[in-house]
Amino acid sequence: MHRIYGWVFEPGFFASQPVHVALVIGGVVAVVSAVTGVFTVMRGQSFGGHALGDVSAAGGSGALLIGFSPIAGFVGLGIVGAGVMDLIGVQRLRSRDLATGIVLGAAIGMSALFLYVNTSSGATQQILFGSIFTASSATIGVVVILGALALATLAAICRPLLLATVSPDIAAARGIPVRLIGIAYMLALAVSVGLSSVATGAILSTALLIGPAAAALRLTRRVSTAVVAACLIGVAAAWVGILLTYDSYYWGSARRLPVSFFIVAVVFAAYLLAGLCSRWAVSRAATAAVTQAVASADQIAA
Amino acid sequence: MFASFMINTWLVATIVAPVAGVVGFFVVLRGSAFPAHAIPKGAFAGAAGAALLGVSTLLGLAVFSLLGALGIGALGRKGRHDVVTALALVMMLALGAAFLSRTTEYEPEIYSLLFGEVLGVSTTELLPVLGLGIACIAGIIVLYRPLMLSSVVPEVAEAKGVRGHRIEICFLIVVALTTAMTVPVVGALLIFSLMIGPPAAARSLTSRPGLAIVLSIVIALATVWVAIAASYLYNWPIGFFVGALSAVAYGAGRVWAAWRRTRTARIPAPAVASVTARA
Repeated sequence: MHRIYGWVFEPGFFASQPVHVALVIGGVVAVVSAVTGVFTVMRGQSFGGHALGDVSAAGGSGALLIGFSPIAGFVGLGIVGAGVMDLIGVQRLRSRDLATGIVLGAAIGMSALFLYVNTSSGATQQILFGSIFTASSATIGVVVILGALALATLAAICRPLLLATVSPDIAAARGIPVRLIGIAYMLALAVSVGLSSVATGAILSTALLIGPAAAALRLTRRVSTAVVAACLIGVAAAWVGILLTYDSYYWGSARRLPVSFFIVAVVFAAYLLAGLCSRWAVSRAATAAVTQAVASADQIAA
Repeated sequence: MFASFMINTWLVATIVAPVAGVVGFFVVLRGSAFPAHAIPKGAFAGAAGAALLGVSTLLGLAVFSLLGALGIGALGRKGRHDVVTALALVMMLALGAAFLSRTTEYEPEIYSLLFGEVLGVSTTELLPVLGLGIACIAGIIVLYRPLMLSSVVPEVAEAKGVRGHRIEICFLIVVALTTAMTVPVVGALLIFSLMIGPPAAARSLTSRPGLAIVLSIVIALATVWVAIAASYLYNWPIGFFVGALSAVAYGAGRVWAAWRRTRTARIPAPAVASVTARA
């Protein structure tokens, strides 16, 4: 038992300061992303969420260039990007995706420029793939405050947002300012994506946003349950990912695998597992329904 | 700018742009912007894996692009399309990051794979790129009618026996091959801009598919040529110019379309006035 424990939690894991910071940041970011993600998946805006990740990358790399902390850039340009996407986006799904794609392409181009001009090493890796183990404890404060803001916004608008998501026309008829709600949601999304860029990097923030939420929505139809499930899955993915990254240092070669890889892998596995579970549950329900139908048919026949 | 070491770049760009323009036309038509963005990311993983194993980059690109396309197609049957695309995308990117972390040249490798490298095309790559390009164009020509049908009127296509799902897989495969051939110059993240900016602009200018495809090729060529020239002159990454120019092309197309709409909208006004005057 002790050996298994030692194998799972390699020495020094719980004592290491960077690990503490990583666990806290990872946990907070996972929760914020999961909650935002549930709405994102329901609104069918996975592409938009991903695009904001790439816009964040441009912001982070730009901030690094002028000597600011990447977080400021991640969140700052993310908010600007959300505004631009809302402005040029139209109601029809295809045009919205096209507009999103163009913004994404331009943002990636800007990232290319900023990272190229930035001569310090490690910039590309940090921005695109995350720096959760090199984050300072000062970052925790910023992450927690911004995360709380995003969550509070979502909590405030969650009812009108749900209605506007399911049926924008009915929401508008009921006097809900659909456009304003949409903008508020986009801002929360921008902040959430910006924060998770710290953990897994801008490109992979999508994993924590979409994965746990999609897995949760495969397991349950009720929004409140889905939000809780998504948070649990997200935090588990982040923490297991961090643990595996730390452990990988002790396996085989001396090079760690990036933390973003482990987190994304766990999220992906969770999604596939949720799919299997839901299909198993569906087949069980179907079998039960058939058995019951047969039984009642027998009763009638008898 | 036209020195011998730049010739390869111009050649590859001239092969790549028309293919991107043609395939991109259907990407825009089908609203497949997200998969078109996701598949190149798979290509990135492939190139990283190829670098790790020491095999040809183009082979790694092609294999992983195809895997990504098929994965999105397969998973997309059971789950929501956009969710599946998002997750497949990040999984492939994360794989790429993992592969790259095992090689020694982590940083410059990521950069040139993701954002393109003007001088990154060797002469030995020209022929395979040309071959892939011809294969993609051939694929589009073969698929043209069923593809147009299933993109524009899916129900009619189904009635005619064109299976939407099969066409989707075939189309994603073509996108994958297009990606594989273009990543070396433009980079994994930016081939996507070439596939949606110029075609979107072309579609804003005309609704006739034949003309739109031709315009899409022209605009894509112009974009890539200007991007190479600008990158050479200012020493900035080619990807930046591709992204920016695609956005400009798209914006110009939308402005033009909006202007045309206001012009045609004014025409019925005298008719309306005559009706209201009579009333």
